[in-house]
Amino acid sequence: MPEKSATRRPRVGLFVTCLVDLMRPSVGFAAVKLLEDAGCIVDVPSQTCCGQPAFNSGDRANARAIAEKTIAAFERFDYVVAPSGSCAGQIRKHYPELFQGDPNLAPRAAKLADKTYELVSFLVDVMGVTGVEATFSGDVTYHDSCSGLRELGVKSQPRMLLSSVEGLKLVEMKENEVCCGFGGTFAVKYGDISDSIVSKKTENVSDSGAHTLLAGDLGCLMNMAGKLQREGKTVEVRHVAEVLAGMTDTPPIGAPAEAAE
Amino acid sequence: MTAHPTSPRFKDNARKALDDAQLQKALGNVRQNFIERRAAVAAKLPEFEALRDSARDIKNHTLENLDLYLERYEDAVTKAGGQVHWARTAAEAREAIVGICKRVGAKTVTKGKSMISEEIALNDAIEAAGMQAVETDLGEYIIQPRHEAPSHIIAPAVHLNATQVESDFRKHHTHLDPNRDLSQPTQLLTEARTILREKFLAADVGITGANFLIAETGTSIIVTNEGNGDLTQTLPKIHIVIASIEKVVPTLEDASQILRVLARSATGQEMSVYTTFSTGPRRPGDVDGPEEYHVVLLDNGRSAMLGTEFQEMLRCIRCGACMNHCPVYHAVGGHAYGWVYPGPMGAVLTPTLIGVDKGGHLPNASTFCGRCESVCPVRIPLPKLMRHWREREFERHLTPATVRSGLGFWAFFAKRPALYRLATGLAMRGLARLGKAKGRFTSLPFASGWTDHRDFPAPQGKTFQQQWKARRNGRSA
Amino acid sequence: MSARADILSNIRRSMGVTGTERPRLVAVEDRLERAPRGVTVERGRLPQEERLALFVAQVKASLATVDEVADRAAVPAAIADYLRANNLPARIRRGDDPRFEEMPWGETALEIDFGKSDGKDLAAVNHAFAGVAETGTVVMTAGHENPTTLNFLPDYAVAVIDAKDVTGDYEDMWSKLRFAYGKGGMPRVVNWITGPSRSADIEQTMLLGAHGPRSLHVIVVKG
Repeated sequence: MPEKSATRRPRVGLFVTCLVDLMRPSVGFAAVKLLEDAGCIVDVPSQTCCGQPAFNSGDRANARAIAEKTIAAFERFDYVVAPSGSCAGQIRKHYPELFQGDPNLAPRAAKLADKTYELVSFLVDVMGVTGVEATFSGDVTYHDSCSGLRELGVKSQPRMLLSSVEGLKLVEMKENEVCCGFGGTFAVKYGDISDSIVSKKTENVSDSGAHTLLAGDLGCLMNMAGKLQREGKTVEVRHVAEVLAGMTDTPPIGAPAEAAE
Repeated sequence: MTAHPTSPRFKDNARKALDDAQLQKALGNVRQNFIERRAAVAAKLPEFEALRDSARDIKNHTLENLDLYLERYEDAVTKAGGQVHWARTAAEAREAIVGICKRVGAKTVTKGKSMISEEIALNDAIEAAGMQAVETDLGEYIIQPRHEAPSHIIAPAVHLNATQVESDFRKHHTHLDPNRDLSQPTQLLTEARTILREKFLAADVGITGANFLIAETGTSIIVTNEGNGDLTQTLPKIHIVIASIEKVVPTLEDASQILRVLARSATGQEMSVYTTFSTGPRRPGDVDGPEEYHVVLLDNGRSAMLGTEFQEMLRCIRCGACMNHCPVYHAVGGHAYGWVYPGPMGAVLTPTLIGVDKGGHLPNASTFCGRCESVCPVRIPLPKLMRHWREREFERHLTPATVRSGLGFWAFFAKRPALYRLATGLAMRGLARLGKAKGRFTSLPFASGWTDHRDFPAPQGKTFQQQWKARRNGRSA
Repeated sequence: MSARADILSNIRRSMGVTGTERPRLVAVEDRLERAPRGVTVERGRLPQEERLALFVAQVKASLATVDEVADRAAVPAAIADYLRANNLPARIRRGDDPRFEEMPWGETALEIDFGKSDGKDLAAVNHAFAGVAETGTVVMTAGHENPTTLNFLPDYAVAVIDAKDVTGDYEDMWSKLRFAYGKGGMPRVVNWITGPSRSADIEQTMLLGAHGPRSLHVIVVKG
């Protein structure tokens, strides 16, 4: 792990993730604010995707080709941080696996893996952040996205930071560690099953009584938001970074711009 | 029953399962009970995680030396007066077992619960040879006349409710008073107990599976809560154990380490009620027990898994924790998987046993949520192994053409950042404009799998990378 | 080639081994000889008195019942009491375990049947080889002294166990068994019994007395 001197601010390469880049850039800016507030110098090198869709579809050749680009783009930073447990998990857990036995790329992949983090756990575990200055009024519930939870151990960190948000009350839903049914291409390939899984999730969300649903992965959030809206439910859905950064002036996921204004 | 897998029709099976209200209610039981009980019992044992490591290491060590341990095991069985029959294939295993039954002129054959016996479709073979095969595990007994496969490896009838069991019992137990009261589950249990008691006492041959085989002593182990396995193997003249080759472990101590994680992971008990260590046939002076003790050792493709990425699957101890914690299993149940082994372990194992061309859907129908791996007592990386199947499919061009070309199209851009930014920048602005009024789409032609069930949020507009570039240019200017 | 030779050679081909590698042979012999204990469970390492208390508590947790008596002479009366309390006839089946032979059966009105069960007995008693405190498990070994059928066929199963035979964990129990039967020697059957028979195969509802005993009663002989 790179040394962290008291005087030097760590240089963080933001892996913005393709979903945030394309669908919800405001999450990226929230991540930048949180990282800068924590004392990091943030840069965003030219990037596409971590390659997980190819990797999980069994297309190892393309997964490697995309991963190589990511390694080259990010290896100059002290840390790589992504507002997603899934993409951070792909780099941290699966890049080394992809290049196993490759004398040139294996050590580079391992190095990158070691310094790659999911955003909220990076703030807490590496930067020592214990609270944020933000306000948000209302009851929120938090869904533990699978990769962040099980590959990276993201569980207490978002709860700790959320508890410092003024006016926010966290109410836990039942089965908060159960998958939302997104699973990348699974949601499209096995839409029926995915629908059954996300329906159980939205039921738990409603039962919690929370007005807002938060999570750390945009894929899961889009899935849950899409289902809640199809069911006509009024629960608002946001990425946890937006709330922690106090940047909730954008409409919630899937809501029309007018409604929020 | 198990000869014709319906795994290739997984999607249709799943659709039917999702529409089956009764099944959905039954699956709710799995979602609740197994998970809570396991968590509670694991929390009570501080060494639980260390024992999982220990169980994994024992299995790994055994697999690395499987040839030697099998030889030692066979020697020890023979020394104890038992006999080992090696079977390369399901057919050879059936032949060996039916052969023994015929030799002793068996009429009734009782059976303890065994997934291997499902794998080799043993009941059909026994019945075809003119003998009656009687499943004695209550769950198996319930599903046998329905000609169904178990829908769960440790809870075979978990897909049924008491009313269905009652109506089956009335249909099949025609010698009993049709006006008897069967409204309570205890009454159903008592009826099955009474009928099976006669079968136990009448049986000529008893067949059990084995949770473990011990190389040190030539011992086979069965684990049950009902005691049916013990009655199956104690009362008839002949006891046949059917077990696959990876069931062997070195010593009694090794088995004890793994037993500590087995029941806790399976049913959430600290220990199952009956754990039985059997070594050879009746001895001089014994007043009960079988006169002959046979072990049929089945390979059926397992030796070919060794040395491959699927070797880790051979650690599996068949506890069912992976399916108990699987959101896909919770949604569709075990029968949708279409063959013997359901859930995540089945998704890995089925393609090795029936071919990836037939079982290919199974490793694909996973969200990779990783909960199975997080509870597996022997730490099998199930998602990773499912991914290996996807890789083999991709290599063999078995991946559906639409998926393949879509993936190729996407990967073309993902490998070329400049083109990617250009294309996505344009596309997102277009999409954003289209979706602006509602903030979401209720149907998208290229993603109907998604929009059939849920809305798709509209993108905000300019991509992050476009905005970041503008912001940075603004700053430096 | 025989199926045996074929399977072994397939395994060896897959693993890239011949079966004659010295380090593998040594590793296997060593493990079988030493039988390492693996991870130790703290709750299995309690001193004698606490160990017995844990055993009793765990037997109860397994839904069995427990009685503690001062010495061997008190066992027949304890059995008679148990049968009476359950409204059962004063009749029980047992084997010829020498420890039973020492007991004053004549001082009770119990009618005794001997030998294996034919499935018609309401109650039977076996003497345990050992008990394991960590899970409240009773350990039975097969033989004419304690026929296996007596553990499974009666509705009411009684197990008598000497307090000194209660070990903390499974590993200590195996040491005790190896001492009694010799290394590598095993009784025909060793039964670990943890509570009465049960099934949850109907709607996940736990019911007692699936095929084996509906009730298990453990009598601990302290003296």
